[in-house]
Amino acid sequence: MDVDALYQEIILDHYKKPHGAGLREDFDTEVHHVNPTCGDEITLRVHLDGDTVADVSYAAQGCSISQASASVLNDLVVGHSVEEGMTVLGSFTELMQGKGKVEPDEDVLEDGVAFAGVAQFPARVKCALLAWMAWKDAVAQAVTEKEDA
Amino acid sequence: MTTAEATGYDVEQVRRDFPVLARRLAGDLPLVYLDSANTSQKPASVIAAIEEHYRLHNANVARAMHQIGAEATEAFEGARDKVAGFIGAPSRDEVVFTKNASEALNLVARVLGDAGRVGAGDEIVITQLEHHSNIVPWQQLCQRTGATLRWFGLTPEGRLDLSDIDSLITERTKVVSVAWVSNMLGSVSPLATIIAKAHAVGALVVVDASQAVPQLPVDVSTLGADLVAFTGHKMLGPTGIGVLWGRYELLAELPPFMGGGEMIETVTMERTTYAPPPARFEAGTPPIAQAVGLGAAVDYLSALGMENVAAHEHAITAYALGRLQEIDGLRIVGPSEAVDRGGAISFELAGVHPHDVAQLLDSRGIAVRAGNHCAKPAHACFGVQSTSRASFYLYTTEQEVDALVDGLLHTKKYFGA
Repeated sequence: MDVDALYQEIILDHYKKPHGAGLREDFDTEVHHVNPTCGDEITLRVHLDGDTVADVSYAAQGCSISQASASVLNDLVVGHSVEEGMTVLGSFTELMQGKGKVEPDEDVLEDGVAFAGVAQFPARVKCALLAWMAWKDAVAQAVTEKEDA
Repeated sequence: MTTAEATGYDVEQVRRDFPVLARRLAGDLPLVYLDSANTSQKPASVIAAIEEHYRLHNANVARAMHQIGAEATEAFEGARDKVAGFIGAPSRDEVVFTKNASEALNLVARVLGDAGRVGAGDEIVITQLEHHSNIVPWQQLCQRTGATLRWFGLTPEGRLDLSDIDSLITERTKVVSVAWVSNMLGSVSPLATIIAKAHAVGALVVVDASQAVPQLPVDVSTLGADLVAFTGHKMLGPTGIGVLWGRYELLAELPPFMGGGEMIETVTMERTTYAPPPARFEAGTPPIAQAVGLGAAVDYLSALGMENVAAHEHAITAYALGRLQEIDGLRIVGPSEAVDRGGAISFELAGVHPHDVAQLLDSRGIAVRAGNHCAKPAHACFGVQSTSRASFYLYTTEQEVDALVDGLLHTKKYFGA
């Protein structure tokens, strides 16, 4: 196993200096997701401004892959529309579940392409997806709340 | 003294009995298997016994009138004799085969409730170092009965804190259930003290011996516990078989766990009477080939001698504790000296998450476990979410521990920690 394919420089950079980390007070919904197989945890808050994702703030405990993934998520969805964010989520999920056979689109995934190697390590796919699944959940709740309001 | 001098057998020769230890992994690296507390490897004799059973003696047990049925029954019941002898059980009828240690513990929790031995207002005492399988069944029993769960805490070193034993184990206590050897911290519980106190107030004592039977000489006839659970796959045997030992008079008073074939005396459409132990607790076709494999595992361990196995475990653990503490930024979670200590060492490496530690080690062919090791409350006690764990067994060498230390130094460098 080429462990360097997993730990791309970009991933280690995000791990050491995560973007947008910490929980901020302006938020619509908060979720807490756990990966029970390894114990990784994330508390994630979403703040919507109309259709735009105004902020994603988070407190995560976990390995480099899960932490870097939350950081990249923050980069990719904040300032974009919910719909655009969902497109990125779809693309990232497809890459993670592609067993290393999916060619990532750098225009959509930007730094997220660095996770292509993770797809070859089945045990780590859940680490990479943790923040994204939390985000999907939090956004869905936020959208529902706004519709109900 | 080196581990080689402390061990009463030739480790290199023993290693040749374990086919998987000759495996080479990606990059043509030799397997360094340091995850035996999770599951042990299997010697060729165990694998051969299982294969021979299926090739030549396969039949159902206890109900077949034919020759090979008799052979299968003899092999299955022979395994019970071997296990009984191995743990010093006064009677073979005190050995109940289960699926694993978890099932054995669930069986006990269920039937003690069904027997009315635990009810509203009663208390069950466990400890904070338990494996989840010795926590959850008791929580469930408390939910079913209205009993209260209480527990011993831990000292900063990672041993049971018995300072409040007199307020914890009282006349309200009906059951005390405790691990003999912690699968995470490695600490060995002071069973004699706990058992004496529990029996003084009339409580039953259940011992989770999953990490003890594989590495210590065990004699249930002098241990003092009422019920003891352990599993086959951590002691060279196959998966799918566990053991519940219980005092016969106690087992004989307890109701069945599951209903089905083999656990009955007679059945009419209206009612059923139950077989005596151990059959009462073994509904359905049992794990026959697994029992045969466990019997072969017991033979292997007995031939080495459990005193020798324990001596090797102690020596290799002492060596590893010393070597690991040479690493800057490594913190052992659990006793750092090989005193009253089993062969599982959990640790943190500053700045590197346990999953990343395990992944980097795996890239060098070194297998350790990372996570909470099914002991979340024990981790919470030390303010950590997860740890890396190296665990050793009768085939572990000093060179493998050295490979672990080199791998950890490499890991630190890799992550710039």
